[in-house]
Amino acid sequence: MLHIWGIEMKTILETLLIGVSSGSIYSLMALALVLVWRSTRVVNFAQAGQAIISTYIGYESMKHLHSYWYSVLVAIVAGAILGAAVEAFVMRPLAKRVRGSAAADIAPVIATLGILGLIRGVAGLIWGNTFVQYTSPLSGKGYTFGSTTIQFSPQNAAIVIGAALVMAAFAIIFNFTKLGLALRASSFQPEISRLAGIRVDRIRVIGWACAGAAGAVAGALVTPTAYLSPNSLDLLLVSGFVAAVIGGLDSLVGAGIGGVVLGIGFAFILQYIGASVTFLAAFIILIFVLLVKPAGIMGKSGGRSA
Amino acid sequence: MHKRISSLARLGIFAAIGLVLIALSGFVDELRVYQGAEVAVYVVAIASITLLTGYSGQLSLGHGAIMAIGAYAATLAFNGWHIPWMAALAVGALAGAVAGYILGFAAARLSGPYLAGTTLALAVGIPSLANQFHVLGGEQGLTFDIGDVPTWASHSWLAKIGHGDFTTYKWFYWITVPIALATIWVVRNILTGPIGRRFKAMRSNPTAASLIGIRVSSTKVAAFTYSSSLAGLAGAMLAMILGLSAPLVFTLTLSFTLVTGAVLSGVSNLYGGIIGAMVLVAIPELSASVATHLGGSEKVTANLPGVVTSLLLILTVLILPNGARVRRSK
Amino acid sequence: MSGLVVRDLQVAYGAVAAIRGVSFEVTPGELVTIIGANGAGKSSLLRALSGLIPVAGGSAMWNELSIFGYKPENLVRAGIVHVAEGKSVIPELTVEENLDLGGIWQKKSAGVDAIKAEVLQLFPRLGERLGQRADTLSGGERQMLAIGRALICKPKLLLLDEPSLGLAPLVIEEIFSAIARLRTSLGLTVLLVEQNALSALAIADRGIIFNLGEVVASGKASELLADPVLRASYLGY
Ligand SMILES: Nc1ncnc2c1ncn2[C@@H]1O[C@H](COP(=O)(O)OP(=O)(O)O)[C@@H](O)[C@H]1O
Ligand SMILES: [Mg+2]
Repeated sequence: MLHIWGIEMKTILETLLIGVSSGSIYSLMALALVLVWRSTRVVNFAQAGQAIISTYIGYESMKHLHSYWYSVLVAIVAGAILGAAVEAFVMRPLAKRVRGSAAADIAPVIATLGILGLIRGVAGLIWGNTFVQYTSPLSGKGYTFGSTTIQFSPQNAAIVIGAALVMAAFAIIFNFTKLGLALRASSFQPEISRLAGIRVDRIRVIGWACAGAAGAVAGALVTPTAYLSPNSLDLLLVSGFVAAVIGGLDSLVGAGIGGVVLGIGFAFILQYIGASVTFLAAFIILIFVLLVKPAGIMGKSGGRSA
Repeated sequence: MHKRISSLARLGIFAAIGLVLIALSGFVDELRVYQGAEVAVYVVAIASITLLTGYSGQLSLGHGAIMAIGAYAATLAFNGWHIPWMAALAVGALAGAVAGYILGFAAARLSGPYLAGTTLALAVGIPSLANQFHVLGGEQGLTFDIGDVPTWASHSWLAKIGHGDFTTYKWFYWITVPIALATIWVVRNILTGPIGRRFKAMRSNPTAASLIGIRVSSTKVAAFTYSSSLAGLAGAMLAMILGLSAPLVFTLTLSFTLVTGAVLSGVSNLYGGIIGAMVLVAIPELSASVATHLGGSEKVTANLPGVVTSLLLILTVLILPNGARVRRSK
Repeated sequence: MSGLVVRDLQVAYGAVAAIRGVSFEVTPGELVTIIGANGAGKSSLLRALSGLIPVAGGSAMWNELSIFGYKPENLVRAGIVHVAEGKSVIPELTVEENLDLGGIWQKKSAGVDAIKAEVLQLFPRLGERLGQRADTLSGGERQMLAIGRALICKPKLLLLDEPSLGLAPLVIEEIFSAIARLRTSLGLTVLLVEQNALSALAIADRGIIFNLGEVVASGKASELLADPVLRASYLGY
């Protein structure tokens, strides 16, 4: 076995792979937060709740579809619809009411917290607070090379590939389509966009829908490696937020990188220090990034492109 | 215009209210008395949010974590140094203040969503520390047992009003209600004094505030410190009436509940906090009885309170996004 | 009556009235300029006409249809296009993306490509900088970009808010002559808001003089230019 400075190479590689896998999930969550932030300048604390409901819907649909992959698609559609509904029925009316008032910053944040609580409660009412298992046909057992088995399973690989596909899809949509142009324009300058004929309200709903879809992918992919319960994705919200801030909150690429960086960081902390300090570490990383480089790693001036 | 009541006169009124409230504990059953203590704890916790968000305009989602710090500090001090419970509660408040002072420095440089997210990470990060350090007692937590009711209390003339035994729950009520009233009195005095005026100036217009010589960042640190000392105190009180400090008590849900309570009370309305606190305590019970009527599956009992509270929160924000501030600034 | 007809229009910000009962009309194909000092209410007028802010009273008709109560984007789609004050471009997007923004909601058959080609012919400097971010442009180029994007929206009524603001005299001349050419070649109706009275009246058919939210004078551009009282008190030269 290969050792460097007394640390086993296999463990390092394994930790790295696991970090990339969980980091991909953080990236998706961060992506969802960034999409909403860019469309309406709100940090959507309900994102974890939306992802939970979408995942439960995926889980239910699997009972009828008998296919994990189709059920993931159902979850994605559900996530998109839910995201759109939250924006259209709660956030937009609220934004109209508080525009220009002292509560303009705080009220939307509080509303998303309320939605998170509501969703968790409704999920509990429907599915109970017990853990359920949403299984994928892919094995959760690690890959084996010769005589050694590593902790990285086909489902972990699916997570990484799935996240990469979603990221690529959004990169293409944002940079090469009319919709992407409208999304970017509306997020940078809503008023000018309106004066160019863009239906900004609709574009915002689409932004929330995209975010909901990204969150649903995260939920549906990560759940087979763990369990599903009304608050099983709460911690993902915190990780996603930290990842998004590391990446600069405004940058899709930054969200991707921020997630993976955080995932790897967490994996090493977990491996060498212990699970209970990970979120304190997240807090410290967050403070550090915010105080040292408030615009995030991708947030140099003029770097606000998609 | 109504006549201003002097702060000393108000102290007298509060003391009278406190005596009446305590005397009332002789006429209701044990559960109600315990709920009264819970309300008192929430009043203090909500006052901490009101002070921060309602007056200085900063939103913290991490006050559950500050409560945890206060709770563990009080418990450790009580168990380790064998100090009186009153001193232990003071230690909790002090620990909260120290945590708030440190957090305030970071918070002073963060705006809106960043502060909310950072304090959110704190809300998750701090309670999980209990599992890392042996002295914090892991998942089970630490017991905080203030022992039997002292005889001076159980044999006092106040205790003879009404009927029923003098239980520990009643004792908790006796302790927490005066603390809650004192908190409101102190916070009111802070807010109507020079510090409160600075908070308000900073909240309504930071730029103008800095122009008239208010140091915005040190004012923010002060707001965080005062607010967190109350949160620490509330945490210590909560640990006392529950009899333990454990990670399970100080969940993300607790942090959210506090924000809900503050919003329901109209964020910048100190007295509204009492109503907010009663709502927070009443909702689980009301929805539990509704749940029983509905057939009472465990699912419903466990989740209806959350649904109702969240719905209330959303509706309040939608209908009264500016809280009571509209009424206050006439 | 077709064209733009504004009657007794009022706009207020809270208790502060910015426009206090203004009436005027712009007949189809006309270029009318509204002249006024800073704070006269010129921008408020255009923002009300394009649906960006609510009005406090009065009416405005475009080709006999009321235009109040519509979202700005819908008015744009109906041909009422507002180029807002201060080089209204999106700095984070490229020049080409800024232009395309005005066309992405139109059908392919609407001939957006042809208009884009025309705009690039009118403002060749934009054509040389299509891939550049808009924040790298000079002030004059940004104003050209903003007008170019408005043209791609296929306006019938063009509302221009101080296109000369902060530009050098030569650049102003270039932009104003482009505006003059445009409105004849495209048959546009133009409402041009300006502080630069001389340049604006030089290309306008008629002028309206604003002060503190009210119309204080109006008439043929040539007559206004010749009136010594107006020259001294409002036109500032
Ligand atoms: N958003 C606003 N809020 C409050 N008052 C405003 C606002 N915008 C403009 N005003 C006021 O309305 C009046 C007219 O402003 P404006 O229409 O911008 O004038 P102009 O474009 O002619 O310079 C001014 O007194 C200005 O201070
Ligand atoms: Mg103007």
